[in-house]
Amino acid sequence: MQKLQLLQNQYNPTSDDIFYHIVQAPPDPIFGIANAYKADTSSTKIDLGVGAYRTDEEKPYVFEIIKKLEKEIVNDPTLNKEYLPIEGLADFNKGCQKLMFGQNSPLIASGQIVTAQCLGGTGALRVGFEFVKRHIPGDVYVSKPTWSNHNQVIERAGLNQFEYPYFEPKTKGFNCAGTIECLSQARMGSIVLLHVCAHNPTGVDPTENEWLQIADVCKKRRLVPFFDCAYQGFASGCIEKDVFAVRKFAELGFQMIVAQSFSKNMGLYNERVGAVHIVTSNKDISARVLSNLKIVIRTICSNPPAIGARIAAKILTDEKNFNAWVEELKTVTGRIIKMRTLLKQELDNLKVPGNWDHITRQTGFFTFTGLTPEQCDLLTKQYHVYLLRSGRMSMAGITSKNVRYLAESIKAVVQKK
Amino acid sequence: MLCFKVIRNFSLWSSVPLGQLDPMSGVVAQYEADDFPQKVNLGVNTYRDNNGNPVVLESVTKALQIVREKKLDNEYPPIEGLQSFIEAAIKVGYGESYYAKNSKNIAGCQVLSGTGAVRLGFEFLNKFVPSGTKVFVPNPTKNIHPIIAKMAGLQSQEYRYFDPITRQVDFSGLSEDLYSAPNGSIVLLHACSHNPTGCDLELYQWKQILDLTKQKQILPFFDMTYQGFTSGDLEKDAQAIRLFTEAGVPIILGQSFDKNMGLSGQRTGCLSLVCSNEKEKQIVVSQLNLIARSLWSCPPVHGARIVETVLNNPEIFQLWLSELRIMAQRMKKMRVSFTKALKDIGSPHDWSYISKQFGMYSLTGIGPAQIKELVEKYHIYLLNNGGISIAGLNESNIKYVAKAFHEVTKHKII
Repeated sequence: MQKLQLLQNQYNPTSDDIFYHIVQAPPDPIFGIANAYKADTSSTKIDLGVGAYRTDEEKPYVFEIIKKLEKEIVNDPTLNKEYLPIEGLADFNKGCQKLMFGQNSPLIASGQIVTAQCLGGTGALRVGFEFVKRHIPGDVYVSKPTWSNHNQVIERAGLNQFEYPYFEPKTKGFNCAGTIECLSQARMGSIVLLHVCAHNPTGVDPTENEWLQIADVCKKRRLVPFFDCAYQGFASGCIEKDVFAVRKFAELGFQMIVAQSFSKNMGLYNERVGAVHIVTSNKDISARVLSNLKIVIRTICSNPPAIGARIAAKILTDEKNFNAWVEELKTVTGRIIKMRTLLKQELDNLKVPGNWDHITRQTGFFTFTGLTPEQCDLLTKQYHVYLLRSGRMSMAGITSKNVRYLAESIKAVVQKK
Repeated sequence: MLCFKVIRNFSLWSSVPLGQLDPMSGVVAQYEADDFPQKVNLGVNTYRDNNGNPVVLESVTKALQIVREKKLDNEYPPIEGLQSFIEAAIKVGYGESYYAKNSKNIAGCQVLSGTGAVRLGFEFLNKFVPSGTKVFVPNPTKNIHPIIAKMAGLQSQEYRYFDPITRQVDFSGLSEDLYSAPNGSIVLLHACSHNPTGCDLELYQWKQILDLTKQKQILPFFDMTYQGFTSGDLEKDAQAIRLFTEAGVPIILGQSFDKNMGLSGQRTGCLSLVCSNEKEKQIVVSQLNLIARSLWSCPPVHGARIVETVLNNPEIFQLWLSELRIMAQRMKKMRVSFTKALKDIGSPHDWSYISKQFGMYSLTGIGPAQIKELVEKYHIYLLNNGGISIAGLNESNIKYVAKAFHEVTKHKII
């Protein structure tokens, strides 16, 4: 991102001119697509842009358990409506630790996990990287490709970033050898941003064995793992299995950072519910880390918003609510998996040129289709199908009613000379 | 393959020092832990009624009811937040007549309360003002103002504001310092209920600052955390905003609904910038979005939906105005009563400044030794800077607090 150039030779401040030299920023790659979709009046439009779940009726979905718990909270006169502590709601934080590291993780008991409530996944990443910048500054290695906002957050936090070759376009799989090779050249003490599961945008995850190889190179080069977990529950269908990487690295003794989001898996997109965890070596250091984490948070928002965390806490700390949530989540993720299968079937039926196995092989919200930016543009302009120019398609926007049209549109753009 | 457990002889975080936080949070924790029946919390940072209880406004409850009946979804709002909230916030901040003529030129962005407004605002300014531009902040001000300026990459400098001897605004010092500031500097101004002193500027003083602003091409950044909460009158509390905007000076405004709607837990605020025209406004919004995307992606909606409903529903709006008046009047009453109680008990000091100030806070000049004594002997908790929160006073405790203050200060100079 370039620093903006002044249009004139010299900035000449008069009261009319304060902002004259500022140029329009490009629309956000993801929110911009959502806006364009909203503005489109076509009856056949399909929204496969932003990672937000839709029902088979193309409607947004509020979890039943969330509705129930929000009602309880709103009607509870005993609840304190005041400021949360800077680090957020204690129950919520504890619940997040258990979900991420395991109910009985010894790290929780030993006080080695420092947790703070943050503003969704973005908030957790920003807080984590600001903390890194202040206390363990180093180069950050991000996957190629990665979620577009990662690059922006890291840059605003004032850190340098490099890419490791995550996705192998030929196999449409994880490039383990390339990743390990790249990381083994990284300067000691560099930070590695790793997607815990359901990699965004590729949908391709390392196997357990491959995670061990990543752990090994991190150990050798003293790299600091920084995990981003926005899709726990969406990858394997099992919420514990999905966080294998974090739990394994914790077991192996890594000190690390984890950003956790509940936007997707609790459908709490607009209440900004997330957490950052920092794993230390003992509870005295944890106390110091927490005090500094609080300073970072204080200078962004002072303290986090309450309602979303209260709802999430009720799920995470009550067995009945938790089980109800897990069941509902299975329905949601099940529908996405079904849409993957349907789309592949339609593409096969239509004999669309190319190998589309990756659609069912990839996991989570997204498919990295392999469509070129030009093909994506055509898909949008001519067929009103909205996806990212990188070829990333949100499967959560596909329905049993629009999947055929989608397959036909893909066929049309792939076959166009 | 084998993967050896990572043994670290050192801690990754061993060089992290203990962070220093602002004085407020420690006070609250200490107070909660105290079981003395007559304890008083004068460090409270939200409104309390005459029984010492936090208040959920009826207007807010009614608004929430309406919001819930709409059965809205939880989808991502735009990066800049809810448009209906932004419009409503700008309208109440800038006033109906200015809004009617100029709303198209005001770039607004929903933010995480006052702190979020300052953070987003300063980051934006750091990106677009000439490098080396300083932010001038009043001495004293909220702890976070200079800290956020630094985080955003801006240098900050203080201008004289509070005269500890007269306990009023040191206006000649203020003028001197701002006149000698470089042209084009950013100046942070508390619109009303100055935090932490409670000393506000009078209209004739605002007019002089307006002149100075025009002469020196100052960029005024108003922090308006207490609109309505100060005098009970939304327009009066925003008089500086009215004055500057009507004079055609482009301002930056940070608004919070934490205190005036009792929505502190929901973090609802608005940052706005007055631009020259609609095109420029769109450009500025796009740049604010770019920065906000990497801070929080988009703001939380719960509080914004409530605020928007309160501001746009005529009946609920009137109810809210009446509740604002009650809160503001109670605090004014406590100020007057406290001054009187100290006089009646025979304090040798002049506490009348407390009655002349506005809003939640007052700086008493009480020093660390007396603060300690107040806690240990009387279980009365002040802020570390000697500040008190008027909201912590009520008819039941005011005599007790006056007595305690008298005891610890009667032989001292403060």
